[in-house]
Amino acid sequence: MSGINEALGSLFNGFGFNCIIFFCTLLFALPLGLIITFGSMSRFIPISFITRTFVWIIRGTPLMLQIFVVLYAPGLLLDFPMKSRLTAVLVAFIINYAAYFSEIYRGGIESISKGQYEAGQVLGLTKSQVFFKIVLFQVIKRIVPPMSNEIITLVKDTSLARIVGIAEIIMCAERFTKQGLIWPLFSTGIYFLIFNGVLTLLFGFIEKKFNYYRG
Amino acid sequence: MSILQVLNLHKSYGKTEVLKGVGFSMNEGEVLSIIGSSGSGKTTLLRCINFLERADEGQILVNGEVIFDARNKNQLSISEQRKNQLNFGLVFQSFNLFPQYNVLENVELAPKLLAKERNDYKENKKEILASIESEARAVLERVGLSDKLANYPCELSGGQQQRVSIARALALKPKVLFFDEPTSALDPELTGEILKVIRSLAAKKITMVIVTHEIEFAKNVSDNVIFMDDGVIVEQGRVEDVIDNPQNERTRNFLRKLSDK
Ligand SMILES: Nc1ncnc2c1ncn2[C@@H]1O[C@H](COP(=O)(O)OP(=O)(O)OP(=O)(O)O)[C@@H](O)[C@H]1O
Ligand SMILES: [Mg+2]
Repeated sequence: MSGINEALGSLFNGFGFNCIIFFCTLLFALPLGLIITFGSMSRFIPISFITRTFVWIIRGTPLMLQIFVVLYAPGLLLDFPMKSRLTAVLVAFIINYAAYFSEIYRGGIESISKGQYEAGQVLGLTKSQVFFKIVLFQVIKRIVPPMSNEIITLVKDTSLARIVGIAEIIMCAERFTKQGLIWPLFSTGIYFLIFNGVLTLLFGFIEKKFNYYRG
Repeated sequence: MSILQVLNLHKSYGKTEVLKGVGFSMNEGEVLSIIGSSGSGKTTLLRCINFLERADEGQILVNGEVIFDARNKNQLSISEQRKNQLNFGLVFQSFNLFPQYNVLENVELAPKLLAKERNDYKENKKEILASIESEARAVLERVGLSDKLANYPCELSGGQQQRVSIARALALKPKVLFFDEPTSALDPELTGEILKVIRSLAAKKITMVIVTHEIEFAKNVSDNVIFMDDGVIVEQGRVEDVIDNPQNERTRNFLRKLSDK
C-alpha cells in the first residue's frame, strides 16, 4: 500500500515539472513569438533575413539538441556555466516554441486579404487602428486551430526535460519499473490525456466563440 | 469651381507605364462614368486618387486646394493624410466588408474611431455616439437594409454586401464617392439593386465617379463619360456625345465590341 502511495506521490511531483515547463513556455513564448513575427515580416531586409534564418534553424533542429546547447554552450564557450538545468530547459523551450508560434502568427497575418487594409485606409483609419480594430481579431480566429495543435504538442514535449535530469513525470515512473512495477508508467499517460483533454475542450470552446461569422 | 481636378497623373509599375498623363475635372453633384477596355488603367486611376497607390507625377485638387502633388515628397502627418483621404470614399469591386462586425457596426466603425479625436469627445460622448448610430441607421435605410442591421456580412447576398459597403462609404460624407466596377462581382440578377441605389444617390446630387462596364447604366445615370485606353483618356464629354456619337476610332471599336456581345 505504501508502495502505491509512494508511486502516486512521485508521479504527482514529477508532473509538477511538466506543468512548470508548460506554463512558463506559454507565458513567454506567446509574446516572444509575436516579436519574432514582426522581425520576419520586417521590410528591412537584413532583419527579416536574420529572423527567418533563426526560425529556420530552430525549427529544423531537434528540441533535444537545443536543450543541450543551451545547457552546455554558455559554460564551454563563454565560461559562464548554466547554474540551473531547469532554467536551461525553459530557455530552450521558450525559444523553440516562440519560433513555431511566430510562423503560425505570420501565416495568420499574411492570410488576411489586402482588401481589408485598403478598406480601412480609405475609411480614414490609421495603420494601428486597421491592425487592432480590423485585422487582429480575424488573425486570432484563423490561428486558434493551429495554435491548439502546437500547444497540445507542447504538453507532450515537456517530458523531454528528463534528458538533462529533470525529474518530470515519465522519469519518475520509469524508476518504478526497477521494482517490477509497470502501472506507474501507464498512469503517466492518463495525466497527459486528462491535461490534453481539458485543453481540447478549452480550444473547442474558443473556436466556437469565433464561429459566429465565416471568413 | 470644380470639386475635383486631376492633373496629368502618371503611374508606372516597374517599366510598364499604366497611366500616361490622365487629367479630368468635375463639378459638385456631377456623376462621371469611366469606361474602357480591361487593362486600360481605370482601377489604377481610382487607386491613385484614393491614395492606395502613389502617382509618380501629377496633382489632385479638391475645391481648388492641392491635396496631392507628386513633386512634394515630404511625408505628411497622419492627421493630414487622413484629412486628404476623407475627401473621398471608395466602393470596391469585392466589397471588403469587415467580417467580424455586423452591418451596423461595419458602418459605424470609422465614424466612431474618428469621433474619438474630437476635442469634445469626452464631455459629449453619449450624444456623439448616439448621433453616429442614428446616422448609420439612416444611411442603411437609404440603401434598403434596415432589416439587416444585426446580420453579419457572411449572412448577406453579394448585392446586400455591396449596399452595406456603399452605406459604409456614405457614412463619412465624402466629397466624391468612387465606385470600381461595383456590380462586376455580382450575379447578373443582383446588379439591378446596386444600380438602383446608385441612381438614387445621383438623384440626391452626390458627386460620384463610377468605373463600369455597364454602358446602358453609365448612359442612364451619368452626366459625363470618360473613355480610357492604354493609360490615356481618349475621349471625354457629355454622355450623349461620347456614347451615342463617339468621335474617336478606339471609342467606336470599344463600344461596337460591347454591343456585339
Ligand atoms: N500592382 C500592380 N503591379 C504591376 N502591374 C499592375 C499592377 N496593378 C495593375 N497593373 C497593370 O496595370 C494595367 C492597368 O491595370 P488596371 O487594373 O488599372 O486596369 P483596368 O482598366 O482597371 O482593367 P479592368 O477593366 O480589367 O479592371 C494592367 O496592365 C495591369 O496588369
Ligand atoms: Mg479594374
